[in-house]
Amino acid sequence: MAWTGNVLRVNLTAGTVASEPLNKQWARDYLGQRGLATKYLAEEVDPTVDALGPDNKLIMVTGPLTGTMASTGGRYSVVTKSPLTGAVACSNSGGFIGAELKMAGWDMIIFEGKSPQPVYLSIQNEKAELLPADQIWGRSIWEADGILHKLHQDPDIRICCVGRAAEAGNLYAAIVNDLHRAAGRSGVGTVMASKHLKAVVVRGTRGVGNIKDPLRFMQATEAGKKVLSDNAVTGGGLPQYGTQVLMNVINEMAAMPTRNMREVQFEGAHRISGEAMHEPRQSDGKPNLTTNAACFACTIACGRIATIDKGHYTVQNKPEYWQASGGLEYEAAWALGSDTGVDDINALTYANFLCNEDGMDPISFGATVAAAMELYEMGALTKEETGGIELKFGSAEALTQCAELTAHGEGFGKELGLGSKRLCEKYGHPDLSMTVKGQEFPAYDPRGIQGMGLAYATSNRGACHLRGYTVSSEVLGIPEKTDPLATEGKPELVKAFQDATAVVDSSGLCVFTTFAWTLDDIAPQIDAACDGEWTTEYLLEVGERIWNLERDFNLRAGLTGKDDTLPKRLRKDAANVGPAKGMVNDVHAMMPKYYAIRGWTPEGELTEQTRQRLGL
Amino acid sequence: MCSEASPRSPGAGAEAGTIRLRVKLFASLHVYLPEGAQRNEVTLEVPADTTPNALLERLRVPREMAHLVLRNGLYVKPGERDRAILREGDAFAVWPPVAGG
Repeated sequence: MAWTGNVLRVNLTAGTVASEPLNKQWARDYLGQRGLATKYLAEEVDPTVDALGPDNKLIMVTGPLTGTMASTGGRYSVVTKSPLTGAVACSNSGGFIGAELKMAGWDMIIFEGKSPQPVYLSIQNEKAELLPADQIWGRSIWEADGILHKLHQDPDIRICCVGRAAEAGNLYAAIVNDLHRAAGRSGVGTVMASKHLKAVVVRGTRGVGNIKDPLRFMQATEAGKKVLSDNAVTGGGLPQYGTQVLMNVINEMAAMPTRNMREVQFEGAHRISGEAMHEPRQSDGKPNLTTNAACFACTIACGRIATIDKGHYTVQNKPEYWQASGGLEYEAAWALGSDTGVDDINALTYANFLCNEDGMDPISFGATVAAAMELYEMGALTKEETGGIELKFGSAEALTQCAELTAHGEGFGKELGLGSKRLCEKYGHPDLSMTVKGQEFPAYDPRGIQGMGLAYATSNRGACHLRGYTVSSEVLGIPEKTDPLATEGKPELVKAFQDATAVVDSSGLCVFTTFAWTLDDIAPQIDAACDGEWTTEYLLEVGERIWNLERDFNLRAGLTGKDDTLPKRLRKDAANVGPAKGMVNDVHAMMPKYYAIRGWTPEGELTEQTRQRLGL
Repeated sequence: MCSEASPRSPGAGAEAGTIRLRVKLFASLHVYLPEGAQRNEVTLEVPADTTPNALLERLRVPREMAHLVLRNGLYVKPGERDRAILREGDAFAVWPPVAGG
């Protein structure tokens, strides 16, 4: 089994909660988490629905291995229609709440409708109830977490929550769990707040049973853990330096998007890198990095726990920010740093704390500030609009002021909460928005990493590195090295990464395991846990089915093949330095082959044959 | 074979038969940086025919730890690391197996 077989359906309009059985056939076809919830969403929600209206649904979902002893088996996802992109949204988070939900006896929660008043959902094993959120609405996530812990008088509850950014309608608001882990992308927090749902509080004491073959499962998970610990990346590099080790790698190869992706190398990268986080600071001799941290059942422990220099201007007389908390991951450090031209590691850490405290995707926030800085420097935005902020590239003060305003949903922060696409359109320069399908780019310039251009353009949730991380092959040589400047072979590479990632995202496991594991390591763990036969080949079929289901949802929502593209800057303005100097991303040269191997028409539509082959 | 380059006036070249390289060892490889290195980087003067592997050997970097090797940002394949491909002014950067996301 591994699934609990129980779905909690919460009708926020009526204020009711009800249990229903999980659709086992869909679990067989879509595994769990990302795939399974997308199936529910596609069956129950009209893809053309207003993402922030009561007819949209929000699904919190675990995978079959969530809450088990499998390494990294603590993941959960939030699936809905995105207000940022109009496409399907699926944001994945670690921490502990996913496992807690599973141990309370639930595979997923489906939220529908809209509560007339702010509420939160409390789950204690089989007991679930909606409670008034009067005391926590209008509060930051960190404040609400403290209040809820006091109210429930239970230190072991796990909480996910939205902040003031989501309440103010910020379109890239995140749902933060365990204080600093987040279902971060695509505005899933905005949807949650639009339903007047502030938080979910979970306590589960049942454990996760129902393992099909417990002995074989123990053996398979043990073997998997050995692979992770023996691997130099998952057993050494990631726990020591975290994802931030990439800052110098990507900068050295001149694929570091800089100052709203105008440039490809950041002169301040070494000041905000993973290595820099280890350097003792002059004031107190302590480094920015306090320790690493692990999510539930994780044997990698890549998380960064950091502190801000107490003498830094951002936190003087603000002791609430002196404690160690979730620090800079590579994506946040890039978006808040290189993309805005800011190399002050304390300012970036502070901005990152605010993203955690009030629930904002730091990628979209940082990239939107970067776009605003370019608009400001060209005169399209003035101090009148920014409320007096001198919004220049490289200004740490401007960045942290913007972070405060956007986190609180105040002043110019409301404009920044629109995201880069809407902001640039509003001020007359849509081409300056570095987005795909309305979602901001992550930290790899596709002029120097060609496959990532295709991965971004075809990602079902807009620009994203976690839908097909070909950087692994093109830059890091995992599982084997390919030439980042070549387009040949990239359609196949992108499809392979996309399908395999869809499997991992549906299992309850973390995608970072795939720096050491292949699906051959994952299949035995799923097969020992879940009913039915789960081979690598079948999992790849499931992954491809999930990818096509998401694509089908997006097409029905009104997106077309024309949305599978990159901003003009990346297709027309060549890289100015480095190995890719003189190159643009050749995304449209790769697209026909990609569509063909996907089994789609030249316009990017699913063919009837593909639908039949995948059972769609 | 290699020495830390002494300060020179801007634009000064290397001695005849030698080249000056900006050598960068990142992540856990920082322990192999010679004295004088700052922010993971040191400028070294080496014989002009020095190969990447010979340079790594002199720096005592275990070969299996030199996973990602970049010359001016371009990947140097393992099969190219015994060739004298380094040139005056090159940036030569090395990482152990690393990943992120």
